[in-house]
Amino acid sequence: MIAIVEYNAGNIRSVINALERLGREAIATDDEALIRQAEKVILPGVGEAASAMQYLREKGLDRLLPTLEQPVLGICLGLQLMCRFSEEGTTTGMSIFDTVVRRFPPGARVPHMGWNNLQQQEGPLFAGVDAEADVYFVHSYYAACCADTIAVCDYQLSFSAALQKNNFYAAQFHPEKSAGAGAAILKNFLSL
Amino acid sequence: MLKKRIIPCLDIRDGRTVKGIHFEQLRDAGDPVALARQYAAEGADELVFLDITATVEKRKTLCALVSRVAKAIHIPFTVGGGINSVADAIQLIQSGADKISVNTAAVQRPGLIGELAARLGSQCVVVAIDTRINAGQQCVFTHGGRQATSLFTTAWARQAAAYGAGEILLTAMGKDGTGSGFDLTTIQEVCQAVSLPVIASGGAGCPDDFKTLFETTEATAALAAGVFHFGKLRLPELKAYLKTAQIPIR
Repeated sequence: MIAIVEYNAGNIRSVINALERLGREAIATDDEALIRQAEKVILPGVGEAASAMQYLREKGLDRLLPTLEQPVLGICLGLQLMCRFSEEGTTTGMSIFDTVVRRFPPGARVPHMGWNNLQQQEGPLFAGVDAEADVYFVHSYYAACCADTIAVCDYQLSFSAALQKNNFYAAQFHPEKSAGAGAAILKNFLSL
Repeated sequence: MLKKRIIPCLDIRDGRTVKGIHFEQLRDAGDPVALARQYAAEGADELVFLDITATVEKRKTLCALVSRVAKAIHIPFTVGGGINSVADAIQLIQSGADKISVNTAAVQRPGLIGELAARLGSQCVVVAIDTRINAGQQCVFTHGGRQATSLFTTAWARQAAAYGAGEILLTAMGKDGTGSGFDLTTIQEVCQAVSLPVIASGGAGCPDDFKTLFETTEATAALAAGVFHFGKLRLPELKAYLKTAQIPIR
């Protein structure tokens, strides 16, 4: 069973649909026991960082998630919540990845919205994915590059398009909305 | 590099796709889910659905359609038409829309933009602006383009951004359905007024119109309807043409 962590943030339907297209069923839940038992856990998210973190704290999920041993995939805001700190609402995160989340500096149009290409991908998440594959981004804050960065993207500056540490994976882009490349990345995560 | 987006727009009436010339004289252009699937397969970067007859009774039909579309495609899509409240927007997002677009309701009550952004995040909130010359100035029109307002287009775009819009969808009504090219001047004025992504709409007729748009304005996306529905332009050929012209395209 795949658990999609349900917290007050946006569109989880599209993640469920994407998994269904790959022939997998998922349940949306904020229940600690169900999340702990799940074979894979996805932390999706569009929304605002501080209020999302607040919700995770109220449910005790901010302590649970970093202790999970099965593969976990954070998407977009999910990735940002797995970092140490976010400038959005000045909130601390779950500190799974040793990096910080900042707002794009003035100069380019924000949000960074649309298809942009990955660079320097490494690891099993990107097996069989084109070196310069375009994936769909929509975000105003970015995770700075760090030792856990496994793919980079450029928009005004280089930022972490994906991160990995042990069983924790995260994508700043939306694999569930990234056509064929996104489906391949999700499929890779499901076969970890 | 961030790519310029090509966005087919599907105007929906009673569950069917239609396309008008100057917003009237609607012609039937087919089943929205089939079209959505075809466009996604042909390389559309995003889709927009505008329900031009959205009423309370028809809201359920629209949600059902959105949910079918969300299952069928794996690219982002925006839904607009008659969204008056956060509750309306949440229904559509929960049905599977990635973004919602507001037009008349936002002009009538700009605070709605802020409420939507606070609840759903700015990235979900597209403010659609229909613009046309009125007394020598580009002004905002509401109610599907039927009603003039006293708002200047660039001023309203700036205000929408300040309220928390995540993107502007600018339709030049005078160009809409004519195939005579985008309204480059107005589009660039709005691009300079805001630091949000701007989708240009109205007037696309041939591949060169898209090339000129991206070469001469800062628009981040181009939206068109009729040229795609009636087969005048095919997405793969359009995108290949733009790539050859060195426009960053997926």
